[in-house]
Amino acid sequence: MSQNVVTVRTTYRDALRAAHREALQRDPRVFLMGEDVGRYGGSYAVSKGLLAEFGEERIRDTPLSESGFVGAGIGAALNGMLPIVEVMTCNFSLLALDQIVNNAATLRHMSGGQFSVPLVIRMATGAGRQLAAQHSHSFEGWYAHIPGIRIVTPATLEDARGMLWTALQDPDPVIMFENAMLYNLEGELAENAGAVDIDRAAVRRAGDALTLLTYGGSLGKTMAAAEQLAAEGVHAEVIDLRSLRPLDMPAIMASLKKTHRMVIVDEGWKSGSLAAEIMARVMEDAFFDLDAPVARVCGVEVPVPYPKHLEDAAIPQVAGIVETALRVAGRHV
Amino acid sequence: MTVPVDRVRLLRGMLRIRRFEEKCAELYSAGKIRGFLHLYIGEEAVATGAMQALQPDDAVLATYREHGHALARGIGANVLMAEMYGKQEGCSRGRGGSMHIFDAQTRFYGGNAIVAGALPMAAGFALADKLANRPRVTACFFGEGAVAEGEFHEAMNLASLWKLPVLFLCENNLYAMGTALARSEADVDLCEKARSYRMPAQAVDGMDVEAVMAATQTAVSAVRACGGPQFIEYKTYRFRAHSMFDPELYRSKTEVEQWKQRCPIVAYTRLLEASGDIDGAGLAALEQAIAAEIGSAVAFAEAGSWEPVSQLTRDVYTLRSA
Repeated sequence: MSQNVVTVRTTYRDALRAAHREALQRDPRVFLMGEDVGRYGGSYAVSKGLLAEFGEERIRDTPLSESGFVGAGIGAALNGMLPIVEVMTCNFSLLALDQIVNNAATLRHMSGGQFSVPLVIRMATGAGRQLAAQHSHSFEGWYAHIPGIRIVTPATLEDARGMLWTALQDPDPVIMFENAMLYNLEGELAENAGAVDIDRAAVRRAGDALTLLTYGGSLGKTMAAAEQLAAEGVHAEVIDLRSLRPLDMPAIMASLKKTHRMVIVDEGWKSGSLAAEIMARVMEDAFFDLDAPVARVCGVEVPVPYPKHLEDAAIPQVAGIVETALRVAGRHV
Repeated sequence: MTVPVDRVRLLRGMLRIRRFEEKCAELYSAGKIRGFLHLYIGEEAVATGAMQALQPDDAVLATYREHGHALARGIGANVLMAEMYGKQEGCSRGRGGSMHIFDAQTRFYGGNAIVAGALPMAAGFALADKLANRPRVTACFFGEGAVAEGEFHEAMNLASLWKLPVLFLCENNLYAMGTALARSEADVDLCEKARSYRMPAQAVDGMDVEAVMAATQTAVSAVRACGGPQFIEYKTYRFRAHSMFDPELYRSKTEVEQWKQRCPIVAYTRLLEASGDIDGAGLAALEQAIAAEIGSAVAFAEAGSWEPVSQLTRDVYTLRSA
């Protein structure tokens, strides 16, 4: 960031709210609906204050009918609106899978390109708040399996502020996964921060010893791990995927060509994960660029448990990332 | 305002669906149409009558048994038949087939093969119209099997809670595939379910095209006047099997024969002959014109082309210029 940029202190939550406010102000077709987005102010307080500012027509509290209001979002999008649908957690989104998979993702192709679904669905994902096995999972990797939808994972203040508008401009359905541990993330954000691309991965830290590939809630941990690795003389490059579908494979391959080693950090369960998909593609397309097998730090294959120590052990942590990175970098651990 | 009913037009509409689908069944046996084929034969009065009540800028959502609705809505027999064949000249470029008819021009949004899957979307269509202050109506057709799905109840509640301009049009043909209504519902009074959401509801004889038309017009007028949703149950019957794979073990031949006695087309033809609206020559001319149209549609589909495999992934996403 250049020195003459004026910044403000803000949080991920406030940046998201600013993004909503901007979208609602800029385009009368935009409206927000979901459980408790209005009077309650949003279960994670993202939409706090928006009801007073924009009124009940545009900030719509819904019944607990995930399939109903996600489907209504699809219909409204088909009929000229730009809806933002908030689903409280990705676990609850399973109740709306029919609408997302059978309708939102298929309608354009199945209609021979006649119709688009310019819908944005936002949902919280991830563990870390001791909410146990029905509020803590990471399903973004599952959703990234589905052709016809785009999956984005804002992990920074800039992306929390800027991805929503771009996603709304996209003619196809976009699902935005917000790791619940990020809402309180605090930092400096350019006062004039605005829309950002939702296609490309970003290099969050440059390095040449190995590539640490991650997204969403694991970015902070991965950055911390990279800092520790640097102290040991291992300069890791950290790539934030930002978009899980489509994947920015050129960015991944460019980093790999430089480092020849890779660790993927993904809070989702290991089997059939997004990390597995990336490993497979690296094997297919860059096998001979590798100096070591690609490794993964993933969620342990267990329903996320309630006690803090077990929950911590179930998802990627800094120590595990460092340890794996040192091994892949060829350093004695 | 009372406009005289164009009875010949209604008869023609039903007959056209019947003959189109009879041809489809024939083409299915000949291997020209594959996949699932769900025939509407016996239920033609519903789509034909109901569609009279809608305006061109209203939206229509339907099920996988939607050839009749598509024809009645004004989708050409040519592009419909080409879609049945899977040819790229079809209304959905051949990607959808029998169960997924789409047409932007007539605002026909499928062709949904998930039972009750279209209902939440229909509520959303109506929400968009309400938010944009457009005086439009969204008509959503579904079978009685849908009332067992959660999406039915979620959509009914949303539409009533938010007073959305949507018509929930339930075609009760008594069987959800092979399961009779009484074997799957604790309460078989479908209107009662709608009323439990404080939604005005009426049941009508779905074998009587004029009754269907009148009931739907009443409901559409109510939606346009009051804004809120309306529910109609059309009591009807499917004369043919659920799909071409169905051996029909779940209902008796006697029952089917009894319903066939109430064939909407036969009954209406008799009525029109008795009233002098049509005579034998007129009927023959009607049949001839329909046969010619369907013959052309088959020729159009036969002459159609297969989408190149190179275009397989086209329209999964919108093509971006950047």
